[in-house]
Order: sequence, then C-alpha cells, then structure tokens
Amino acid sequence: MNDFDIAVIGGGMLGAAIAYGLQSQGAKTVLLDKGDRDFRAARGNFGLVWVQSKGIEFPEYAAWTRYSTQRWPQFAARLEAQTGLDLGFQQRGGIHFCLSEAELEQRDRDLARLAAGADGQFRYQMLSAAELKKLVPAVGASIPGASYSEHDGHVNPLYLLRALHDAFQQQGGSYRANHGVDSITPLSPGFRLDSTAGSLTCAKVVLAAGLDNHRLAAMVGLQQPVRPQRGQVLVTERLPEPLLHYPSNYLRQTQEGTIQIGDSKEEVGLDDGTSAEVIARLAQRAQRILPRLANYNVVRAWGALRVLTPDGYPVYEQSESCPGAFAFTSHSGVTLAAAHAEALAAQIIAGRLSGDAAAFDCTRFAEESHVHVC
Amino acid sequence: MFTSVENASNLPMVQLQIEGETVSVPVGYTVAAALLAQGHRRTRQSPVDGGPRAPYCMMGVCYECLVEIDGQRNQQACMREVSQGMQIRLQCADEGEGAA
Amino acid sequence: MTYDLIIVGAGPAGMAAAAQAAERGLSILVLDEQPRPGGQIYRNIETTSSRLRDLLGPDYQAGDALVSAFRNSRLEYLEQAVVWQLNAAGEVCFSRRGHSYQAQGKHILLATGAQERPFPVKGWQLPGVMTAGAAQILLKSPGLACDDAVFVGSGPLLYLIVWQYLQAGKTVKALIDTTPRRHYFTGLGKLPAARHGIGYLWKGLNMIRAIRQAGIPFISGVEAVEIEGEQSCSGVRWQRNGQWQALPTSQVFLHQGVVPNVNLAMASGCEHHWSPLQACWQPVTDEWGQSNLERVSLAGDGMGIGGAKAAALRGQLAALQIACRQQRLDNAERDRQAAPLRQWLDKELAFRPFLDTLYRPADRFRAPEDGATLVCRCESVTRQAVADAAAAGCMGPNQLKSFSRCGMGPCQGRQCGLTVSELMAQLQQQPPEATGYYRLRAPVKPVQLAELASLSPWPAQS
Repeated sequence: MNDFDIAVIGGGMLGAAIAYGLQSQGAKTVLLDKGDRDFRAARGNFGLVWVQSKGIEFPEYAAWTRYSTQRWPQFAARLEAQTGLDLGFQQRGGIHFCLSEAELEQRDRDLARLAAGADGQFRYQMLSAAELKKLVPAVGASIPGASYSEHDGHVNPLYLLRALHDAFQQQGGSYRANHGVDSITPLSPGFRLDSTAGSLTCAKVVLAAGLDNHRLAAMVGLQQPVRPQRGQVLVTERLPEPLLHYPSNYLRQTQEGTIQIGDSKEEVGLDDGTSAEVIARLAQRAQRILPRLANYNVVRAWGALRVLTPDGYPVYEQSESCPGAFAFTSHSGVTLAAAHAEALAAQIIAGRLSGDAAAFDCTRFAEESHVHVC
Repeated sequence: MFTSVENASNLPMVQLQIEGETVSVPVGYTVAAALLAQGHRRTRQSPVDGGPRAPYCMMGVCYECLVEIDGQRNQQACMREVSQGMQIRLQCADEGEGAA
Repeated sequence: MTYDLIIVGAGPAGMAAAAQAAERGLSILVLDEQPRPGGQIYRNIETTSSRLRDLLGPDYQAGDALVSAFRNSRLEYLEQAVVWQLNAAGEVCFSRRGHSYQAQGKHILLATGAQERPFPVKGWQLPGVMTAGAAQILLKSPGLACDDAVFVGSGPLLYLIVWQYLQAGKTVKALIDTTPRRHYFTGLGKLPAARHGIGYLWKGLNMIRAIRQAGIPFISGVEAVEIEGEQSCSGVRWQRNGQWQALPTSQVFLHQGVVPNVNLAMASGCEHHWSPLQACWQPVTDEWGQSNLERVSLAGDGMGIGGAKAAALRGQLAALQIACRQQRLDNAERDRQAAPLRQWLDKELAFRPFLDTLYRPADRFRAPEDGATLVCRCESVTRQAVADAAAAGCMGPNQLKSFSRCGMGPCQGRQCGLTVSELMAQLQQQPPEATGYYRLRAPVKPVQLAELASLSPWPAQS
C-alpha cells in the first residue's frame, strides 16, 4: 500500500494545476514543494491567458492552447467558488502591440497562418494606428498598429497559484513545503521518493519541477531538456485611472490598477536578478506604448527564470522503463492551467498520455531541430 | 496641532497652495511638516481599504505621507521641501475634509 | 569616470568616511536623499536656529564638527539623490531631479543608517499616530511640536524626545513605558561590561528624572497597547498588571527602538544574519565593515545599531581599509590610524548589550497577537491574514508576499518585514533565521517610470 496514489514534484504553476486536477478527479495526491527562496517562475509570471501567436509552427500546440483557453472561464469560476479568491480573470480579448511597420506586416502573415490551421476556431484582426487608438485611447503616437484577438485574456497569476494551492488542500490534497526531492527509486510497482524532509511512496510520480526536471527525469528513464531564460518585470503603483482595458504582449493593467511591464529575454544562466539596463529598456518601451505612464512610479522590479525547452513548446513525457512516471515542462503555465488540471490530470490517472498531449514528447528533437521560441 | 516653537514672525516664508487654498509656510519645512502645521490630519486614503492615513515616520521609509505635488501623485511629502507656488493636493476621495 | 569610492548616505557614518577617505586622496561621490548633510541625527544642523540647537541639546550640536569636516573635504556631494540600484560590480543607479544616472565606483560604502522598528499595534495606521523619531524630525526641520501628546514605547530615543519637548515648553500628556519589567533585572547583568558607557547611563537617568519631576504621568510596565479612533486617533488604551486603562488624546508617538535600514544592502546582495539580541537583520561584515561583496562595505547604524558616535567611527574605519586596499596607505599605517578609533569604538559599543537587553521590545510588540492589527500598512494585510497563509503551508515571506500582497506596497517591506519574519517564524515554530526575509530588488525605492527610462551615465565633475 503506497502513501499516495500520485506524488507531484513541484509546487509552481504547472505542478499545482496538475495536483489540483488529480485531487479533484479522485486521486490521493501529495504536492511536494521547495523552499521560499527557490527559483519559482510562477512568481515572475505575466498572467496572460493567450492564444494569438501560440503554435504557429506546431498545430497540436495551437489546438491544445485553444482547448485550454476555452475551458478557462469554467475553470476560473470553479476555483473562485472553491477558494473565495478573486482571480481577476478577464477574457475580453488581447492586444499585441507592434513596434514597427515591418513587425506589423510579419504579424499579419503569422496570424493568417495560425488561422488557416485552426479550422475556423481562431479569429483575429489587424489594427491600424487609428483603430488601435479606439481600443487603447492612451496609446503612443509612434505605435504603428497591433493585432487583436478576442480569445485572449489575463488573470492574476499570483492569486491563481494561491487558489490552486488552497483548492488542492481543501479537497484533501497533501501539501508539503521545503520538501525538495533528492532521489526517486522505482519500485515494482510504484516509486519511493527520498529527501532530507522524509520519504514517501506513491503509485505514480509526476515531475513538474521546472529547471530541476532535468535532474529528476533521469531517475525514471526520462529526458527533460530545459534551460533557464531570464525575464524581468516591472510593476507600477496603483493607477487612479483605467489606462489599458486589454492585456497585451508588453503591458497589462492588473485588477488592483497597477501596470505590469514585461517581456524581456536574456540568456544569463541561473541568475534571476535584475539589471539597470533592462529595467531602463522596459521603462522606455512602456513609455513609448503608453506615454501617460511616464509620471507614475515603478514600485518593484524582479527577475525570474522561464523554463524553456529547446523549441519553446511544452515537453510532456511518460516513461516506458518506469511505468507511472511522467515529466512535464511548459512555460505557458497560466494559459495551459485549465488543460493541465482537467485533460492532462485525467490522462495521468488513466496512465497514458493521449490526443494533443501525446504530441509533445521529446522525439521531435531527434527528428529535426526546428528551434523557435513561442 | 503642530505649532512652531520658534518666533514664526522672524522666519522667511513661501506661499503655496494646499487643496487650492493659499497658505504661508516657513522656508525649510517639508511638505509633510507644512500639512501638519496647517492642521491637516488625514492626508490620503489607503488605496486598498479606503482608510484614512497621514504622515507617520517623517524620514522617507513608510510611504504613508503620499500626496500630489504639482500634478504628480504619490510623492513623499516628508522628503520634499516647500517652494514658492507649489500646488499640493491630498489623495483623499472626498477631498476637503482632510483638515480636522 | 570611475570613482575610487561612492558613499551612500551623508549621516555621521557617511560624512566621517568621506572626510577620512578624502584625506587619503580618494575620488569620492557622496549620494544622499536629504537636502542637507547630517542624516537623521544631525538633520538640518547647518540651518537650525540657536534656540532649536539649545533645546535639542549637546548630542545634536556634536554634529557640527562632522558636518564642517565633510563640507571642507574635496569630494562630490549630491544632495536629494535617491539610490535605487547598486550591484556587485560597483555600478550605482540613482535618481535626482527627474533623471536617473549610473555612476561607477571601485568601492561602495553603504551608510544608509537606521529606521524605527515597526511597532504594529491596533490602530497604528490612524492619522494622529506617528513615530517618536518623527516627532524629533519635526522638531529639527524646523521647530514643530504639539501639546498634549502621549508617548508610547521604550528606549532612549523616547525619553530624549520627551525631554526635548519639555525643553521646548510643550505639555506632554503621558509617557506610557512598555519596557518589560523583568528586563531591568536581566539588563543589570550586562552593566559591569557597560561601565565605559556610564556617562550614557547617567544622562539617561537624568532625563528620566527630569521627566518625572515635570509631573508627566509616567506609566511603566505596560503589557499591551491599542490606539483608539475611527477617522483619526482619539485615544490610547493600555494594559498594566492585566488591567486595561484608557486616555483620550489626538496625538500619539510610538517608539520601540531603531533597526538597520537594510533595503539597499539586501537588494545589492549583501548577506545578512538574524541578530537575536537586537531582534533584527544585520549585514555580515568583517571588522572593517567589508561585506561578502568585494566592492561593497557598510558603516554606521546600517551595519548594526551603535549610535551616532559609533557610526562616525565605523565610517572612518571603513574608509581607512578602503584607502588601504587602493594603496593609499599600507597595512601598518592603516592599523596605526585605526587603533585609537577602535579603542573608542569599543567603549561606545560596550554600553549596547545593556541597552539592547533592557529595551528589547516584548514579543507581542514585535509580533502582534491581535488578529485585526495591520502587519502590512501599505496593502492593509492583517495579522490574521498572515496566520491564515502560514496555516495553509505558506513556507515563507516571499510566498506570503505573492499570495497576500503583504510587503508589496510602496514601502517595500520597511514597515512589515521584521514583523513578518518574526511572526512567521513564531507560527512555524522555528527561528527567524530559518524563516528568512523578503527578497528585495531594485528599485529599492519607487521611481517614476520616466526616470528609469532616462538612465544615463552620471557626468562627473572632474
């Protein structure tokens, strides 16, 4: 008799969504988390529930993204009802600001391809500067245009993570902080997980440990090619005015009224600090897009490490040599949270990845090396 | 009520506006000191719970004294000295009741 | 250009370090937030009237020599400059008059001083409640005071400001002393070692005697405190010998000692440890104030509370070492210069364990017991909310911050961080060292977006 049906390693956005889904669907689940100051990509999350631009080169990923965003309203409503938290979820469309004419043209071509592969399920509009001004009256005069898609939305990522943790525990899930796993030993059947905080046994194990997945996967016959990519984010004080009705690729106004400013990408290894140059660049771009932001205070900046696979798309793996072991890496943890909690959790319980989720294994890296970042 | 322990008639003064009202304040006062000397007890409302707030630490670490100075919101009143013609507004939704 | 030394803060430590380093020929940039040098302790010392100087007393006037040595030194001094980032490479970003600049230093000295310890009691966020330090700052900048205030708390600064109020002819309604009674006995044990500080003890006793002689109600042994009022402070309640009493007042000044101002040091990567005696975070330094970062040193109360005189001495010691490392003097000369400073410093610090023991705030004044008390004033997070998060398995201050917004406001944890460390540690039944602190980041003070966007190299005077 195992201590748990399933152990999920990693209490970030991915692990918490899966654990919440598993426990909701009847599996006795333990969620093992690390310490307060460990890398946690979820704390640097931008909170977009995003369809446009996702999976232009990868139809299964585009479909998986659409599935998750379609599920999001019910998913959010259920979490809010369970926890009493206001997740600030809105899905009234999103904007991708283009900073040059060339980018605007390229954008149109990319989204046309995405729509062509989506069987009528993806709609978007290109916006001229004048059209953009109608949706975002405060937009700067030097922004040539944008794309808009009705499917997009956003959520408070921190409250989402908290809600997943709270709801998981409310439903009887067992949460253990400061429980980094040192080793996984396959038993037959099941697994034993050892750490300085104690040992436990489980019938199945799910690796959702972000950058640590690479180390853990090798213990159960899996591979997880991951690398850190730093993103820096700024956040302003609460604005007394609504300035941005729609979330966007660079900026979003939160439910509290603050403006979150993001989307920097740096390859700096495991350094999750901030740098003055990037802070200044983010501020310059934000000021260009919304000149009215100039006089508002930036209250915080932070850096976080995205967990990226070689092509930027998710990697979902199930072990052939150690049945019952799964490993997942995905940096779109918010957009895919509904899919992870619902369809993916159901497949883990069933013991087999299927449908779109089965398309994200590592064999694609052996076949070709189409490296692109979504 | 905060009053000067010095002979105020000897002090050089500047004129500034608090909530549109012109007042004279000694040179060298911080904006927060000027507000207290003018009898403003509440200088802002918490943007979170709406509760009344006022200068607390006077040394730039608590951020309770945030007011609008010359059109810019959320300025630390304790870190800025008064100057001639300065326009100060309290960050209260029901402005005008700041004085008590 | 690269400065030999960039000093952050122009209080006693920063000024003394600057004067010492200038004597050794280092090129120096001093950045300070205030309009004039002096820090909080010698605030406005160049401009206060003789009447104010008299009533503030000789300890205030002791700043004259420091400020004039600072003013007469060859260095670049930027007043009203807010440092918002510095890193291990010696790059310092600051904002001044609407622009941001980056300056490069071979070495950085942080002399960012102290702030008052958070004193979270019910109603402490109400208008009419300020810190005792605020009362003193109002007196110094310049000359504001009020009648009929109630002073609440513990520690030398509390008695000093009440004494100064008396010198200023102000009526004081009451002094409510929260020094735990048993500390008078535990403190006694530290007195032999503190004999060098006998002058301080004498001064303190004289002040307390003067306060008592003035007929001010002096209520000692107070175990709990609450501020009353809806829209502003209307009174204070306290518990003594288990009994609650109340006094109407529209102005309360709170004080529970001072603690290092750690935000900039922490954000730049200086290691800190928990001081169980002073119940606060302190940077880890060597005997010269050198941090774990090769280019960053600390001096003054920011490296551990020692008072103004100790701050100036530590500033000089840090400057000697920095000059030595830049070959302006050899080790022997450095040690020769340092010896008398160290002797004096030892005497200054000998009195601290006694003060730290006597005036260590009671547990409930550091980690409130009442659920409705605000822990985080900026985001209105109560003690109850922190306890709920901890009960749900929240493993530390950073998870708490992201789950509840505690510490996310403009003060960046300055008013809640210590409380959160101690309260969570208490709830988790572990020492604060294990619970830890917020991970602080740039900008260490809120800065306008346009100022961040304008970042450019500082055009040094050559």
